[in-house]
Amino acid sequence: MEHIRMPKVENVRLLDRFSSRRAVVGTLYLTATHVIFVENGSETRKETWVLHSQISSIEKQATTATGCPLLIRCKNFQVIQLVIPQERDCHDVYISLIRLARPVKYEELYCFSFNPKLDKEEREQGWKLVDLNEEYNRMGVPNNYWQISDVNRDYGVCDSYPTEVYVPKSATAHIIVGSSKFRSRRRFPALSYYCKSNNASICRSSQPLSGFSARCLEDEQMLQAIRKANPGSDFIYVVDTRPKLNAMANRAAGKGYENEDNYSNIKFQFIGIENIHVMRNSLQKMLEVCELKSPSMSDFLWGLENSGWLKHIKAIMDAGIFIAKAVAEEGVSVLVHCSDGWDRTAQVCSVASLLLDPYYRTMKGFMVLIEKDWVSFGHKFNHRYGNLDGDPKEISPVIDQFIECVWQLMEQFPCAFEFNERFLIHIQHHIYSCQFGNFLCNSQKERRELKIKERTYSLWAHLWKNRADYLNPLYRSDHSQTQGTLHLQIAPCNFLYKFWSGMYNRFEKGLHPRQSVTDYLMAVKEETQQLEEELEALQERLANLQKSQSGNNIVKSKQQDRSKQFGLYTSNNSLANTPQEYSNDLKSFPSRSPSQGDEDSALILTQDNLKSSDPDLSANSDQESGVEDLSCRSPSGGGCLPSEDSGKDSDEAVFLAG
Amino acid sequence: LLRSSQPLTGPNRRRCREDEKLLGTILDEGERGFIIDTRSAQAAKQARMSGGGTEPKSCYPHWRRLHRALDRGRPLQESFMRLVEACSEPSLSMDRWLARLDGSRWLSHVKAALSTACLAAQCLDREDSNVLVHGAEGTDTTLLVTALAQLILDPSCRTLEGFQALLQREWIEAGHPFHLRCARSASSHARGKQEAPLFLLFLDCVWQLSRQFPFSLEFGEQLLLTLFDNAYASCYGTFLCNNEKERSLCKVKESTHSLWAWLNQPEEKHKYLNPLYSHNPLVIWPSVEPQSIQLWQGLFLRWIRPSQHLDEAWAEIQRLVEGN
Repeated sequence: MEHIRMPKVENVRLLDRFSSRRAVVGTLYLTATHVIFVENGSETRKETWVLHSQISSIEKQATTATGCPLLIRCKNFQVIQLVIPQERDCHDVYISLIRLARPVKYEELYCFSFNPKLDKEEREQGWKLVDLNEEYNRMGVPNNYWQISDVNRDYGVCDSYPTEVYVPKSATAHIIVGSSKFRSRRRFPALSYYCKSNNASICRSSQPLSGFSARCLEDEQMLQAIRKANPGSDFIYVVDTRPKLNAMANRAAGKGYENEDNYSNIKFQFIGIENIHVMRNSLQKMLEVCELKSPSMSDFLWGLENSGWLKHIKAIMDAGIFIAKAVAEEGVSVLVHCSDGWDRTAQVCSVASLLLDPYYRTMKGFMVLIEKDWVSFGHKFNHRYGNLDGDPKEISPVIDQFIECVWQLMEQFPCAFEFNERFLIHIQHHIYSCQFGNFLCNSQKERRELKIKERTYSLWAHLWKNRADYLNPLYRSDHSQTQGTLHLQIAPCNFLYKFWSGMYNRFEKGLHPRQSVTDYLMAVKEETQQLEEELEALQERLANLQKSQSGNNIVKSKQQDRSKQFGLYTSNNSLANTPQEYSNDLKSFPSRSPSQGDEDSALILTQDNLKSSDPDLSANSDQESGVEDLSCRSPSGGGCLPSEDSGKDSDEAVFLAG
Repeated sequence: LLRSSQPLTGPNRRRCREDEKLLGTILDEGERGFIIDTRSAQAAKQARMSGGGTEPKSCYPHWRRLHRALDRGRPLQESFMRLVEACSEPSLSMDRWLARLDGSRWLSHVKAALSTACLAAQCLDREDSNVLVHGAEGTDTTLLVTALAQLILDPSCRTLEGFQALLQREWIEAGHPFHLRCARSASSHARGKQEAPLFLLFLDCVWQLSRQFPFSLEFGEQLLLTLFDNAYASCYGTFLCNNEKERSLCKVKESTHSLWAWLNQPEEKHKYLNPLYSHNPLVIWPSVEPQSIQLWQGLFLRWIRPSQHLDEAWAEIQRLVEGN
């Protein structure tokens, strides 16, 4: 609390980003973990809560007649614009937030004070929900070809790897240690995914320290061991996910890539995904496009192209497809690496696994996938997502890209995933929120040292408890799309990649389809199930009654008319939605009818709600409720073409704007 | 909501008392109306040179004129052709694809059309004013705007039956020259001067509405695709000729079958219904932000991308809603 100069400021205005008409006045509070804005309105007292961890940047803008504007940009793409009446108050808030948003100690993070009122055992159980040993067993290891190695039990070999890794049977401790010395950050080749049906596997590592001509017997033996672990193939692919130029440049620094001449029976392949700096800039440019006020179609498409974002998403996907094909269709094992083997490698291995194994497309399986390829294998959550104040050059939307790949897949295969878009959005939100302990620190070692499991709660347990909100109504485990490998074409694929407005414009509800098909179908599904159960129960009763009262015709069938009961849950259309500002020419009219509440861009995350589900997080929140809220207000700023009314022709009618 | 063609003011600023009186009688005492001219102010002015023009304010004092330039004719056809070309090249890099999507400007046209229709709807619904829409001929962009505005405003136009009636009224009987406009479609290298995909643009806008309001239209994408097909080539006489007069001369009603009759048969009808439909009595205001307007993959990528997984998804939706 010592960083908070001003815990409370009154008469602050929260602006709607697109229409100054919709500003609301309220009080701003700063706590140790959140920024909270409470509306002054008599009835609603709507609250907007923002976690300090979510704050990406704060901009203090030039003071105007109405006050001093403060723009807060969040890592979950929410943008909040406040106007604080007094400049010195604004400055105090600004300085406080700057410090609060850049914690220096882990203990400052919300997860250490977050209290969902569970007891110690429940907390433990929550952490046990995802068990990687179980997962490897499910895959089919250890077996004749693969074994657990505890060579890293004290993190002595590689401090960013987990204590337990799976390696080929013929890889002795000596080979592992030798190989680790020849790999960047000591990240030796280890098993990521094992395909039971054909013994092909996906292994991951970092780049070899080969420079121009260095060799390492043990590393070569390691790759041979991987090959031998798959008797069905006489070679393995080695996939370097970097662009060739970057990899070659690394050679000058004593690192590089595998030389096919030195490693017997490998086929080497560059895939060409750009590095974290390129990705950071790409996202930045795309967010700038999102912040444009009333862009034309051209502005938007050009901006999107210029950012290169979709191109990068596709590159990651293409890499995943290549690996999945190698494993599923060719039955060949693949070793994947990038530079350090914790960014692009993680992305590509998890996409490939998702394509290959339907288990990862279930809710539980997806959690397991993230635990395995991201958390346990030492993806640097702290550095990449800024848990603590650090080097801005380390920040990069790596896992965001993976999550988007999953969304793109969901759009192409609507029946194939057990979870829905909201699940992905909430996971992304919590990667940055630091409300739970799963995504802290840079490695398993650091997390154990901080005793994360004893001091924080697991996101997975929280999501699992609320899994009803995250289900995809179209998913059926017996559906053709949910079995086996998902086949994607690489070639005619460009146009299948869409801009994910659900994520990047998450809080601008007016942009999204006004009615949630997912929620409607889930409700329909539930109702059907309930009715079916009722029907069964009644049929049983009827049968019993008929048995005991044979001959008595008074027994009436109580089976309800299903069709009457059924259309009960239909979208409730009683709330009107409002038009955008299509024109600056019409006089401004009251933008909301009395029946609408203010659902704009508000993040509602109160302490009470924290116990149960996250009603947070979305602009989807009103779509989550049983009643469809059609009051989504479109951002105004009109989609109309520039009016040519202001011409000099005296015949022209001229309108006053607004 | 009214529609017409441009007034023939001409270079000498001709007046027509009857026309002024007609427009005058529409407005009540003290009321004002809007005229939405689908040409740019400049184009409308230039039209005077060839005998057309706009309603001068002095002669139509209670009408405010708004210009919303909507492309028609050659530029629209080229836009369509560029888009189809871009879609048919699968080996494009992502950058090139986005550049060509943007370069075709098709989505800009969709945005403009929807915006203008929303503007008209807004005038009617929010301003409680009468609206007159016209372009030059009153047979292209005019109909686009009036038909879309009605879909936005009127729930009865969103039923299967109502939509057919809307098409019949606002496109077919209103005299959209289908025969000229829907001659050869996007692969046409014949460069017919009268060819232009206005009707397709309309269908695209309807598709955008259905995506933004998945519960509010009684019909689905399949209907829109069928209409697109039949506008260009059909076993039925519904879209033949250019106007009612020609249809009468050609005795279309006597010698052909109606598309509507076929569509409305019980065995056929169910294919075109939207399983998620539930009557929405309100006005549906679409978002016209670029993020809200998407490429109509079902049409433009129809033969290029496999639709199997999406079809399966729709089948599943159907199954869920019908309670298996």
